[in-house]
Amino acid sequence: HGSPHSTLLEGSFDASSLLLRLYHRFRALDRNKKGYLSRVDLQQIGALAVNPLGERLAGGGGAGWEELLGEVDFPGFVRVLAHFRPVDDDDSGMRDPKQPEPLNSRMNKLRFVFQLYDLDRDGKISRHEMLQVLRLMVGVQVTEEQLESITDRTVQEADEDGDGAVSFLEFTKVRIPFSYFFFIF
Amino acid sequence: MFLLLPFDSLIVNLLGISLTVLFTLLLVFIIVPAIFGVSFGIRKLYMKTLLKIFAWATLRMERGAKEKNHQLYKPYTNGIIAKDPTSLEEEIKEIRRSGSSKALDNTPEFELSDIFYFCRKGMETIMDDEVTKRFSAEELESWNLLSRTNYNFQYISLRLTVLWGLGVLIRYCFLLPLRIALAFTGISLLVVGTTVVGYLPNGRFKEFLSKHVHLMCYRICVRALTAIITYHDRENRPRNGGICVANHTSPIDVIILASDGYYAMVGQVHGGLMGVIQRAMVKACPHVWFERSEVKDRHLVFLLLISEVKDQKKSHFTLFCVLGTCINNTSVMMFKKGSFEIGATVYPVAIKYDPQFGDAFWNSSKYGMVTYLLRMMTSWAIVCSVWYLPPMTRETDEDAVQFANRVKSAIARQGGLVDLLWDGGLKREKVKDTFKEEQQKLYSKMIVGNHEDRSRS
Repeated sequence: HGSPHSTLLEGSFDASSLLLRLYHRFRALDRNKKGYLSRVDLQQIGALAVNPLGERLAGGGGAGWEELLGEVDFPGFVRVLAHFRPVDDDDSGMRDPKQPEPLNSRMNKLRFVFQLYDLDRDGKISRHEMLQVLRLMVGVQVTEEQLESITDRTVQEADEDGDGAVSFLEFTKVRIPFSYFFFIF
Repeated sequence: MFLLLPFDSLIVNLLGISLTVLFTLLLVFIIVPAIFGVSFGIRKLYMKTLLKIFAWATLRMERGAKEKNHQLYKPYTNGIIAKDPTSLEEEIKEIRRSGSSKALDNTPEFELSDIFYFCRKGMETIMDDEVTKRFSAEELESWNLLSRTNYNFQYISLRLTVLWGLGVLIRYCFLLPLRIALAFTGISLLVVGTTVVGYLPNGRFKEFLSKHVHLMCYRICVRALTAIITYHDRENRPRNGGICVANHTSPIDVIILASDGYYAMVGQVHGGLMGVIQRAMVKACPHVWFERSEVKDRHLVFLLLISEVKDQKKSHFTLFCVLGTCINNTSVMMFKKGSFEIGATVYPVAIKYDPQFGDAFWNSSKYGMVTYLLRMMTSWAIVCSVWYLPPMTRETDEDAVQFANRVKSAIARQGGLVDLLWDGGLKREKVKDTFKEEQQKLYSKMIVGNHEDRSRS
């Protein structure tokens, strides 16, 4: 029943029933039963289409599965959703450093969000990239000048090494509420 | 060697006798009622018994699961995401509050963490959304003793396995041959009957015969699938001179509707056995079978047919058109549009299948026609409900597209089908943009304030 996948979701709960739920969701989304999810499958989720960041999350860029060339197989699907499990409490100290970090660690959650901003994957959120995301979130409600001033201010505040962009390290210094970044499933 | 001979003939005789008996039984209990449109109620009784057995089977599995201290996987239980309704503003404020240490005032500003809100909301919908949930037709509350629908294999006790084995035996060794024999009879009667009727000169008698041949053969086919159909609102049944429009989720829809009414059909030309059937049927009744390449020609024929349909005195049949996602090509689109444009009365019909006894959905990319039919014939039964909706006509201020959408939503509402018939209609685009805009407006207020605030500062 897919034991290599359950290592992605280790924890004290019943991994196999969770995997089953994910598998069913995967199959429900894969309308033509191709065995993988294309961007179109995700775009057809009505509730996602009305989300301002919907295009990005559906793989238009940055949500972590565009590397798969627009096709998400089941392990890929699980890998992305695994980011949204609650942070394990013993995440900080007790882990064996040789093991790869669990996907739902604070760092990996941050990386997930960072990649929503950083489209070209150069490890930095440039001013231009931030403008793009802001534009998605406000639509036509805000003028270009206002957006630019907001962007400049934000980048200035977060930028520590003065390169005019927000690197991942600088991003991690932003206070992020990890308790918000999960859903129960 | 010597002893075998009389023994042999004995077996042959026994076989012969049992086959004859089986065939007679077939004839009496199944075909004769089909000819006259009468039902003994055997199928309903069968369905009730099966339901009781399924409920028992699920109980056993639950018990087995409890022993191992696990939860049985039950789809359809309340949604996956625990949601409490809060507004965009409240949630983003909450994010900022728990993230930042500075005191929150109401000055509009942007925080890098704001994106969390949209990101999480979006990912939640990927995990679980209302519309897609309703389409997983294969997930059942109680197991129906078909291995293809079981997700809790590890909890099956010995007794259940025996029951399942018995089920397999019954389905494959008794029901399947019976159904194949019925299907064979039905199809050959249809082909032969319609060809014979086709030789008659056009007139009332020919139509009368054609109607009854069609009805009889479709009823036999219905029994060949053990389809248990519940008809609702039969007083709204499509009458002569109209167009019947139904939602189309499986190839069986045609058989189900055509066994309850005499329709002239519109559809694509198929090859093989289907092609033979189509060619025979068209001799007795003016069905319209079109090939993709001949669309223009056929479109003309279709229009002629429709104008005949409109003229109530002349037509003695209802045109049957399928709306739906099963076939999706431009020629079908043309016919679909045509049927709404011409202004005849439209009789909408909603068909809904109950997946408990057998799944009628045809995944054409996964299964071919023959495999699909075999799967149908080895399930317990096909149970569905048919609702005849009151007839609709196009209003003077409506155009064809709006009329089509009105019909579609009436069908969707009745069948409890959400969004099933959306095929890129104009309406949906508008709805989507409005929701998105609302969220963008709310968010913009949080980062730049209202127009009044801006002019003040």
